Amino acid sequence: MGRAFLELLERHGYDFFAGVPCSLFEGVTRVLDDDPRYGYVSAVREDSALGLAAGAYLGGRQPVVLMQNSGLGVSVNALASLHQIYDIPTLLVVSWRGQDGDDAPEHAIMGRIMDRFLRLLQIPFAVFDPARIDAQIESLTATMRATQKPVALIVPKGMLDR
Amino acid sequence: MTRADAVARVAAAAGAKSLIVACNGMIGRELYARADGPTRFYMIGSMGLASSIGLGLALVQPARSVIVFDGDGNVLMNLGGVAAVAAARPGNFHHVVFDNAAHGSTGNQRTISDRVALESIADAAGYRVCRRASSERELEDALTSWFDVEGPSMLLVAVDRGNVRGIGRVEPSPTELTSRFRAACRSF
Repeated sequence: MGRAFLELLERHGYDFFAGVPCSLFEGVTRVLDDDPRYGYVSAVREDSALGLAAGAYLGGRQPVVLMQNSGLGVSVNALASLHQIYDIPTLLVVSWRGQDGDDAPEHAIMGRIMDRFLRLLQIPFAVFDPARIDAQIESLTATMRATQKPVALIVPKGMLDR
Repeated sequence: MTRADAVARVAAAAGAKSLIVACNGMIGRELYARADGPTRFYMIGSMGLASSIGLGLALVQPARSVIVFDGDGNVLMNLGGVAAVAAARPGNFHHVVFDNAAHGSTGNQRTISDRVALESIADAAGYRVCRRASSERELEDALTSWFDVEGPSMLLVAVDRGNVRGIGRVEPSPTELTSRFRAACRSF
């Protein structure tokens, strides 16, 4: 599923990848780590990944940033004072740890508030649905291009683990 | 040496074609006041991330020289960014740190770079060339060939605390800065 997902993103014009891993999209990062054609940058922190994405966009690329939802907390200032105000369109692929309330305690609060958190940051998002993922990426990408601002794909458990 | 003069000297040595990413605060404002141009990108928020922006840019624009104008407070806020540059090892990446051991934009409160040598950290991390310039003469000497040498490099310029009077804010809006910089990347 990881490779098919990346090929879907490539078909929509995404050509720069940076991020911090999560077990929920391990299938994607395995391909990114192994296949040099993606030029994947394993970032030291989620806001650094957003900085890399901004630089790549300034240089002419269309970036994707992958992160666990815990990384959204780290990313608030980069999103609010870099991407949102400079019009840096970026697809965020964010895992949803703590979605069902039956996860490790450190994910409980962010898992519970994640949809409200993204709305507060004014980031449109969709929750990964395997039956509609092509249409979801198309729609998110159209929104991102129209607004020139970040959008997010939320990845629950079981979608991109393998 | 004042920071504004050091910024102007480094910008002159960099030339108009080099892509410059300036950190937030007075350093970006001084670059704007002294040597603005379409190849300059001023990061007005997201403190710490200028080196990450510069790294992303350097990776996708390998034929262009990318120079990050940074401050000690910024570098310390994203030390992992130094490690990321060292790991990626882009030959076209040059990190210039104007170090006054203070947060110059908020009233010169002290940082910790008087006790932690940032160019030594970059050297230990794996930058190819690192050097400290502590006087105008040392800076002039370093700049004669600094940007011709393969990076990643860090030039740490020790500057005086305090701000030159009359330095305004960066006038173009953030979205205007994005548009003109992207156009400048395409046009050379």
